[in-house]
Amino acid sequence: MSEKKYSKQHEWISIEKDIATVGITKHATEMLGDIVFVELPEKGKNLEKEGQAGVVESTKAASDVYTPITGEITETNQSIVDDPAAINKDPEGAAWFFKIKIKNKSELENLMSRADYDKFAKENSN
Amino acid sequence: METQKTALYDYHKSLGAKFVPFAGYEMPVQYSSGIVEEHKITRSKAGLFDVSHMGQLLIEGNEDLSLELEKITPTDLKKIKLNQSKYSFLMNEQGGIYDDLIITKVENGFNIVLNAACKNNDFKIIKNFLGNKFKLTLYENLSLIALQGPKSSEILEQTINGVSSLKFMNGNKFSYKDKKIYITRSGYTGEDGFEISIPNELVEDFSKKLINKGVKLIGLGARDTLRLEAGLCLYGHDINETTSPIEANLKWAISKRRKDEGGFVGYSKIKSDMNGSLTRLRVGVKPEGKIIAREGVKIFSEKNEEIGSITSGTFGPSVNRPIAMGYVKLNFTKLGTKVLLEVRGKKYDAIISELPFYKKSYVR
Repeated sequence: MSEKKYSKQHEWISIEKDIATVGITKHATEMLGDIVFVELPEKGKNLEKEGQAGVVESTKAASDVYTPITGEITETNQSIVDDPAAINKDPEGAAWFFKIKIKNKSELENLMSRADYDKFAKENSN
Repeated sequence: METQKTALYDYHKSLGAKFVPFAGYEMPVQYSSGIVEEHKITRSKAGLFDVSHMGQLLIEGNEDLSLELEKITPTDLKKIKLNQSKYSFLMNEQGGIYDDLIITKVENGFNIVLNAACKNNDFKIIKNFLGNKFKLTLYENLSLIALQGPKSSEILEQTINGVSSLKFMNGNKFSYKDKKIYITRSGYTGEDGFEISIPNELVEDFSKKLINKGVKLIGLGARDTLRLEAGLCLYGHDINETTSPIEANLKWAISKRRKDEGGFVGYSKIKSDMNGSLTRLRVGVKPEGKIIAREGVKIFSEKNEEIGSITSGTFGPSVNRPIAMGYVKLNFTKLGTKVLLEVRGKKYDAIISELPFYKKSYVR
């Protein structure tokens, strides 16, 4: 897998050929708290960049999950639906959310590097 | 209005608290270990809650005062014993609830614990009603902390001799570092526990003493999951100025004599609710699967008619499932009734369920 990129909505994306894997960042899980519910997009669904791709709920509140890029959903991670707490344990690894077929590679250029994201996250957390 | 801080603010901060604005206060919502862990510690050992944002009101007076207060609360204040506490309400004319409260008979009158968001309004209402005949003091110099969980009694006894002999919903004066403190055996988590009213200047020292004995501080997040598992109402959500105690399924909190005799504001609504005009009731709701139904979610019958709405909902860490409470039309209140919950445009199966979701025996 390639180096990860990050969005301002706190998703990470990792690219392998024309398929991208998307999840939420550790920083996002720390802001959300204990995750107790997750809803993922349907396989085959076409989503626009920054469109709603799912929902995560913690004991506190519900938050939308967005897709950082445009494309078609090719796979979703059922294991986090069955065990939402797994997202808190390994958000940037085993607890990925969905895979999406990349439609427009240029969209990737606007996403952040790890260093830029860390700086962004630090500035945007209380 | 500027956000207020409790006397424990700096201590919370030093323990890694995340703060949220709540009823005009900066309150800790959770600490570093997170809501689920804090919830479980309270159920298995003991958790300490800073509830100093709540109002502590003393009204001084004798039998005259009991008679007057009975006109705005549905509790039998003639029968209440010295140092006994009762869950009660400040009633409005329409039979709705201005606030839910704990009233304790003390030597010189009544101590009343009020919700933070309501306390200033409650004070005005009570003051207006009582006039200048009785002295009212809403304490700014007292903190309130709640120690909750099965180990509470054993732990608190090590610092405050004799506290373990208090019975549930009873209190007494104790002393700490030569200052008077007042402790009641009560709480809002469904666990055995104590609420400690203590001068601001001593609260951090006292809290540290408990923390050193293995108690953990618990934020508002876990306070909410704990009270919801215990089936307890949160004012402004599950009950408010438009819900009568009967509709809220809190008939048990109205003393028998008061149910029969009335004599308090809003009684005509209570009486008609008890005599067949009740149209809705607060119930427990268990969503099937993992869906969480929060406040405002509409409840439908199996035939798709709208029958009510959710007033509180979360994931219950001890029952390990989503739980909720809400109001439904009277013919859908039977336990086990199948209903549908509309969450983000989709309907999910749920059943009407018994409250509380989590049961624990209190020390009586």
